[in-house]
Parts: sequence; C-alpha cells; structure tokens
Amino acid sequence: MLRSAPALTLALFLGPIVAGLAGTALPAFGYLPALGGHAPSLDPFVRLFEQPGLGRGVALTILSGFAATLLSLAVAAGFCAAAYGTRSFARAQSFLAPLLATPHAALAIGFAFLVAPSGWIARLISPEISGWARPPDLASVNDPWGLALVAGLALKETPYLLLCLTAALGRSDVGRAVTLARTLGYGPFMAWAKIGLPRLYPSIRLPVYAVLAFGLSNVELALILGPTNPPTLAVTIVRWAADPHLDLFFPAAAAALLQLALVLGAIGAWRAGEIVLARAAARWRIAGARGRSPSPWAGLARGALAINFAVAAAALLVLALWSLAAAWRFPDDLPSAWTLANWTREGPRLAAPAGTTLALAALATLLAMALAVACLENESRRGVDGRRALWALYVPLLVPQVAFLIGAQALLVALGADGAFAALVWAHLIFVLPYVFLALAEPWRDFDPRYARAAACLGAGPTRVFFAIKLPMLLRPLLAAAAIGFAVSTALYLPTLFAGAGRWTTLTTEAVALASGGDRRVLAVYAFAQAALPLLVYGAALALPAWLHRNRRGMR
Amino acid sequence: MSGLTLSGVTLRLAGRTLLGPLDLRVAPGEIATVMGPSGGGKSTLLAFLCGTLDPAFAAEGTAALDGVALTGLPPEKRRVGILFQDDLLFPHLSVGGNLAFALPREVKDRAGAVAAALAEAELPGYENRDPATLSGGQRARVALMRALLARPRAILLDEPFAKLDAELRGRMRDFVFAHIGARNIPCLLVTHDPEDARAAGGPIVRL
Repeated sequence: MLRSAPALTLALFLGPIVAGLAGTALPAFGYLPALGGHAPSLDPFVRLFEQPGLGRGVALTILSGFAATLLSLAVAAGFCAAAYGTRSFARAQSFLAPLLATPHAALAIGFAFLVAPSGWIARLISPEISGWARPPDLASVNDPWGLALVAGLALKETPYLLLCLTAALGRSDVGRAVTLARTLGYGPFMAWAKIGLPRLYPSIRLPVYAVLAFGLSNVELALILGPTNPPTLAVTIVRWAADPHLDLFFPAAAAALLQLALVLGAIGAWRAGEIVLARAAARWRIAGARGRSPSPWAGLARGALAINFAVAAAALLVLALWSLAAAWRFPDDLPSAWTLANWTREGPRLAAPAGTTLALAALATLLAMALAVACLENESRRGVDGRRALWALYVPLLVPQVAFLIGAQALLVALGADGAFAALVWAHLIFVLPYVFLALAEPWRDFDPRYARAAACLGAGPTRVFFAIKLPMLLRPLLAAAAIGFAVSTALYLPTLFAGAGRWTTLTTEAVALASGGDRRVLAVYAFAQAALPLLVYGAALALPAWLHRNRRGMR
Repeated sequence: MSGLTLSGVTLRLAGRTLLGPLDLRVAPGEIATVMGPSGGGKSTLLAFLCGTLDPAFAAEGTAALDGVALTGLPPEKRRVGILFQDDLLFPHLSVGGNLAFALPREVKDRAGAVAAALAEAELPGYENRDPATLSGGQRARVALMRALLARPRAILLDEPFAKLDAELRGRMRDFVFAHIGARNIPCLLVTHDPEDARAAGGPIVRL
C-alpha cells in the first residue's frame, strides 16, 4: 500500500490541475455546450482582445509581478550579505515564521489601513507635520501604477525568500565559503555576489519562480491594493467568470489561458535573464574587485528588511486597533473611544466562516500530512531518491491558480459537485500538499536511520519503529509542517471561491469581499480573525513539542 | 548446531568485493573478533548479520544462528542484538522508556525488569532520567542493558568502545564482556583496537 503512495499523491494533486487546464482550454476555444458553445471557434479570444484596457492591464500585471519579485529577492539576498553571521541575522529568523503564517489578505488589508490617505500613517503625521486636516487626495492604495500592490506582495515574499535562503544556507557550506572569501579581502557584498549567491541560487530557483508566478497572477492582493481601472489580468478574469452574464465565461477562459502564457513566458524570460547574468558575471567574478568594506549597501538592505518587519507588525496592530475602535476620526492618532461591540456584534456572523476555515484547514492539512508522510516513508524504506519529483511539487505554485480553477469549476458543475465540501477540501489539498511536503522532506531525509535500525535489532517491526520511534522523534517538524499547511489553507482565496461555488465562505473570502468598501471596524474584525487563527496554530505547534520535551534535552 | 555460523559470506559494493569469502563459527559464550582497517566492510558485515544491510550492497553466503538461517529474516525476527559506537539511546524516551522499549511483550513485570537492569548497570533509580543528561559511560551501560533486555540469541559489537576515553574504555570493556559472558550467547566484535581483541579472548579474524 505504501508503494502506491507516490502515484496516488501525484494523481490527487496533479490530476485536478491537468483536468482543470483542459476544462479551461475547451471554453477558451468556444466549446462548452452547457453555455451554448457547441463548435470550436476563436471568438472568445477575439472578444478578449477587443476589451478596452486589456493591454494596460497586462502591462500592469507584468510590471508589478517582476517588480515585486526583483524587490523581494534583492532585499532577501542583500540582507543575507549584510547580516550573515551577525546577531541580527539570527534575530530576523524568529520573525520569519510568524510573518509567513499571516495570510496575505490580512496583511494587505492592514497595509491599506496604514498607507491609505486616511490611514494610520497619515493620521500620525496630521495635522502637525503634514498640515492635513482632512485625508489628502492621494492614490496611495489602488494607485494606477500598482505600487501599493508591489509593496504588498514584497511584504510577504521577502521573508519567504529569506527563509528559503536561510534553509539553503543551513544545508550547505556556503557560509564558510563566503567567510573564506572575506579573508581573501572581499567586502561582504562582493563575497556574497561572487561566491554566496551563485551557489545558493539553484536551491532557491523554484521558490523564486513561485514568487514570480504568484506576483503575476494573485487575485486577492490585486483586489485589495491593486489598480482598479483597469485592474490586473487575474482580477479581470475573476470578474468575468463571476459575471451574471454567463456568456462572459468564454472570454474569461481565453483570458485564463493568456494568464497561463504570461506566467510561463515570464518564468522563461527570468530563466533567460539568469543565463545572461551568469555569463556576464563569469569574468567579473574572477577579475578581483574586492568591493568596499563596510559595504554602502549593507545599511540599505538591513533597513529594508527592518521596514518590512515593522510594516507587517504595524499592519496587524492597526487591524487590532480598528477592531476595537468605537470612533476614530481623522486626524486623531488613536481611536477616541474603545469598544468590544465590533467583536460581539460580528461574532455570530463570524462563527460560520471561522468554523469552515478551521474544518477546511484541518482536513486539508491532515490529508496532506498523511500523503506526504506516506511518500517520504516509502522513499526511506525502499531507498529511492524522491528529489526528482521536486518539480512536480511546484506545479500548483507555478501554474496560475485562475488558469486551472476556472476549468475545474466548469468540470465540477458538469459533475454536479460544485460547492461540495469534499471538492473544497480537495482544492485546498492541491496547495497545502506542496508546502507540507517541502517542510517534511528535509527532516525526514535527515532522520538518522541508525535509530530505526537500532529499534529493529531490539525486535521492533516496521510499524512499531514508525509509531514509537520515528513519528515521536520527528514531532517538531511534523507539527511545524501542520502549522504551515494550516496557514496556507487559511490564506487561500481563489480555490475557496471557485470550488466553494459561493456556498462556502471562509474568513479569507469574507475579508476580501468586505475590503472593497464599507466599515473599517467590521473589516478589521474579519481580517484580524483571519490573521489570528493561523498564528494561534503556529504558536501551539511551537509550544507543544517544547512542553512535551521539556525534560528531553536531546529533542531540543 | 548452536552458536553463530558464517559460511562463505562475501559482500560487494558496485561489483567491488569488500569482504570475504568469510567462514566463521562463534560458540555460545565466546567473543570472536573481526579486525581490519576502517572502510574495510566490518560494519557492513554486522549490518548483513542483523538484517539492516543497505540494498546498495550485494551479499553472498549464509549466516545461521543456532542452526536456523538468518538470511531472509527481517531484523526484528532475528534476535540478533547490536551495540554501536554511538549509544543511539532514543532521545524522546526516558532511560526507563528506552529499556522498556526493548523488553519483549510477554514480560509482565516490566517495571521490575527495568529496575533490575538499571541496578545491574549500577544506575539504580535512573528510570525517569533524560538520557541526554547522563555521562558517556552511563549512556553506554544503558545501551548495553537495552540490547540485552531484548533477549538476543547473539550479540554484535560495532567498535562500541572507540568513542570512550582511554580510562573509561578498559572499565567499559570489562563491564560489557562480563555481562555478555553471563548470558552465554555468541558475540561478534569488530574493532581496529588490538587491545579489544586481546581482552575478548576468542578467535580473531583479520580482514
């Protein structure tokens, strides 16, 4: 049974993607009998390209996606160069996990509460510094250039890439190689640019592509922070797909294929850029320039990451403040009256989406853990190397969600399964599994096999070795993976929207729906609850093994 | 035929012969020593005997314990105990938990058996201690008791004293050999320390 785990896992999480892409391609070329499309045609594409503002929307998509990825990578790599081996590098690590557990949408809403014309920053500097008695007429969120969107994306992708870099550093001797380069007289940035990053980059390449794909195709951040007229391509697709004029489904499917081409083209372009840069740098690397020490860039990189952390913390804080505010007039620094009424009033309405969020995340995470553990255990028992399957794991993170979710929804409708809770769990599983698997793979492969052998030689069969030795010894990474899976599920917007068919709402879909306007206090309640849930789970995942193993020094 | 019998055992890795063909008989109560340089396949031989040989190795020949072929049995059915260079005490279990893990299921008075083993290891009352808080010598003694509590019919020693400091090594050697001798089971020791071989007092095979 264990032998079939890899095949089953691949089928479960790649099957829907392949089927969904096919389900998108058919209506994109005019075929969907249920909506009156009986013959293949190019009409959907003709209608797509006739849309006013399409070109600008596509340009915005490309620019914001590349800008966010470049910015995140530059700050993450720059911080490694500036701070590796110092105390602030270690201190930054402790901020990464909680920040990564915070859903994109909650961070974006908090960020909007900070930087909006009537946001907290404007309130803090008004009227004394800015002279504003009323919110200024500035487009600081939803700006037509997508700058707020880029900032919102970088807010979460920078720590993600920093985490990937740190993990890659821990698995290699690159740290020592960089130190060696320093002893040869290279400044910290030059040592990193010439020795460190070229060696680490291959192991963060897939995460970088995933960041690029997410930047080009995410919907919830673009809805909250992005330009509105025209919006990015992904937002347009979701609008059309949800339009009561069902006929718009055809150009929506065509646009979803365009989105797919855009992302694949962008990854190809990025890869080409890598090759060109590597060629260009080959001579430069050995030309001997040492760079300056201390580097003028170090302060900038440290400052950028510090701002990233500060803004994220402030975004969560301002959500908490608004959720407890009775009245908060511009330009007051803080609410003039406090209340719990927002929470007590919204509480009953919050309960159902919170329950759905919880059940969905718990089920998807449990399934993902079972599949990942089965695959990894099969790998370690049969001595096969599962690393070749790494690309497959990244497929759900590289293929734009909207490109296959539209088709998957059409398929679910055809099967009469749209809105079924099982379909929703499955949709979440597709995105939870890669993260859970990646979180478990290293600890599983690093597990000292001699413990299992020692247990077997004491008379314990494979089942007993697994449950009495391996699982408890790997409790910490297991719980960490569960927390990551839970956070990923909690944050999912589009899969819930499409597979849930409007029948299921989660804290995320509610928060994003409320973000388009209305009462900040209500929105703050939903967004804060959305952020609090995965953070609580993350805290529990950290506290539980620490408590259980409080008398086991070897398990720390 | 009682004891541990190896006939024509040959171990290969990627077509290269690491060891063998080796013929050896170890009688109950006897401690045979296999000596050789590191990387010479000594540990691989022990992995072959306890059934944990990496599939990358190819093995020929047979091994039998008390007349029953070991080859083909999974490790947990062989009742061949092993002590490694590292004690490999399970870090998530207490000292008592480590010992109880090894006790066969049919033993009813588990607490009593664990307490008796700890008394034998000169560690009375250590049941609830965290193994990580013990000294190297104490851990090694617990590891030996754990291996013996599983009631092995043969025991293998994989350079078990190599990581101990010189003074402790002699005492540990006496302790291990005395307890194994008391069980009257065949024992196979691999080492590159001639002192170990001399103290074992049994037949010596040089690779």
